[in-house]
Amino acid sequence: MKYLGIEPARPKVAVFDFTGCEGCELQLANKEESLAAFLGSIEIVNFREVTSTRRDDYDVAIIDGCISRDDEVERIKEIRSRAKILVAMGSCASFGGVNRMKNAYNLDDANREVYGDKPQATGLTRSIKEVVDVDLEIPGCPVSKEEVERIVQHLVLGVAFTFPVSPVCFDCKHRFITCLFEHGKLCLGSIARSGCNAPCPAGGLGCWGCRGPAEDCNLEQFIAIARERGFSQKEIDERLGFFGGFEGLR
Amino acid sequence: MLFKVMAKSSFEELVGLLLESNEVIGPRMKTRHPDGKGVHQFLPITAFADMDLDYEKSEYSPKTYFLPFKENLSTYRFQGGDWEQEIKYRIQPRAIVGMRACDINALVKLDKVLLKGDFPSPYYLARRKNTFIIGLDHDPCENGFCASVGSDIVSHGFDLFLTDLGDRYFVAIDSDRGYRVAANVEIRDPTEADNEAYVQTRNRIAKGFKVEVSIRNLPQILDLEFQSPVWKKWGDKCLSCGSCSAVCPTCYCYGVEEKVAMDFSESAKVKRLYSCNLYDFAMVAGGHNFRPSRESRLKYRYYHQHRGFVETYDEPKCVGCNRCGDVCLAGINPPEVITDLEKEAAR
Repeated sequence: MKYLGIEPARPKVAVFDFTGCEGCELQLANKEESLAAFLGSIEIVNFREVTSTRRDDYDVAIIDGCISRDDEVERIKEIRSRAKILVAMGSCASFGGVNRMKNAYNLDDANREVYGDKPQATGLTRSIKEVVDVDLEIPGCPVSKEEVERIVQHLVLGVAFTFPVSPVCFDCKHRFITCLFEHGKLCLGSIARSGCNAPCPAGGLGCWGCRGPAEDCNLEQFIAIARERGFSQKEIDERLGFFGGFEGLR
Repeated sequence: MLFKVMAKSSFEELVGLLLESNEVIGPRMKTRHPDGKGVHQFLPITAFADMDLDYEKSEYSPKTYFLPFKENLSTYRFQGGDWEQEIKYRIQPRAIVGMRACDINALVKLDKVLLKGDFPSPYYLARRKNTFIIGLDHDPCENGFCASVGSDIVSHGFDLFLTDLGDRYFVAIDSDRGYRVAANVEIRDPTEADNEAYVQTRNRIAKGFKVEVSIRNLPQILDLEFQSPVWKKWGDKCLSCGSCSAVCPTCYCYGVEEKVAMDFSESAKVKRLYSCNLYDFAMVAGGHNFRPSRESRLKYRYYHQHRGFVETYDEPKCVGCNRCGDVCLAGINPPEVITDLEKEAAR
């Protein structure tokens, strides 16, 4: 239906999985109360978890997962050449995600640790933008379906979308959560991008920064505060490196 | 102002009466800080005993019962080229028990902005009028400097305000409904001894402040120190997380978002309180950011608290609760920032 006189477009969308757990794809198929409207607002032409249709005439390609094998490089390049818009969905596609942790180790050792005496052809973990041009990154582990819905609404109405820029602390305060950092837990809430509604601090876990850094985040001061409160540099580095979003800032 | 005296048992009875027909909010201990201190929040209660009236300062300000973090301003339903609007701002009557003087003074400041300006807010008005407020005096909290900004004593903005005289309460009554509610339990006129005990208690409280902040010349000092290195010193520490504004009992800045249903059949305008310390607070159409640096944003917050607000309302916006200082991981707090500015101006 028309919204404020605008007839929404109905773009052809394909979803492809690379190295990752496919949890973000599952998110696209979640939130049942608006699932029919969501799937109805776009035309899905290729999405293994949702349809048996396999077509290549997509406008928008949504990529779940990161690049960790040579055959994936060829595949992502082909998808890029067909898609008008290429979207990296989730922390793996945006930053490399938890998979990126292996880059800190000797690759042969990592291979042996996981595959034993049946080594597989895996290389360094790369985010999608390290291999092909990306038009939009949707961070999060997993992505928030509500945010994906808003992005799709903006897309079909042709309106620019902007992500929240503030740190998770602000979302956390709006939920009346008692500060975990003040209670001795390491938490990236004061430097990580919000928009998630702080589910991890609400669950008592502290923030792990799955959405990457907030705009203009004060990493230097954060590290100084965390060190002052007794967290080791190793603990802090491990937390910052967990999803790969702070790569390049450190 | 009318003064009465009430036995402590009568106060308990009075809260019981309020509970019969109202939602009652009071200070509850939510958890304990690692140092053993209780962490309190204003939360719904179902019995008098749920409250810890001896709490020092609530973690979050009770402001959010009048100015919620998130509020639906208006809902629209679209049908066949036409639309219908629905606005809901009426709330069920509610009572808040145990508010401190600083937090009530914060509401009096918000009243000036949200009720007495050119564009009164019906949403705030509905919540304010439908909320029965019982305040309670207390010895100064740690780090609080409400006396320095004239917010340790409250003269209006509540229904009942109690001062603990040991076995009884000295009750200030500031509204007709306050009197009607209090009259349901046993109250009596204060004797001279009661008046004396009240004044003594007030004096004891006034002497208990450990933190003092001089704000006498602050608006002028702020003007003089606009380019001061003090702003860079504190600005470099700022995490721009906005926690200070979130816990502040008087911060009222907000943004409005359009929330559209996935099938485009309806939408809502949702108001969300925002913070001038967040990166995009002063971002305008076209992408220009008037305050892209941390120090300029932090400075702006202090200017609004202690200069801009004073120019408009002849008093600072700050009530001296120091919640912003307590919540700040970087340790930015008004007493230290203001002292730094004064030192800089005196050099």
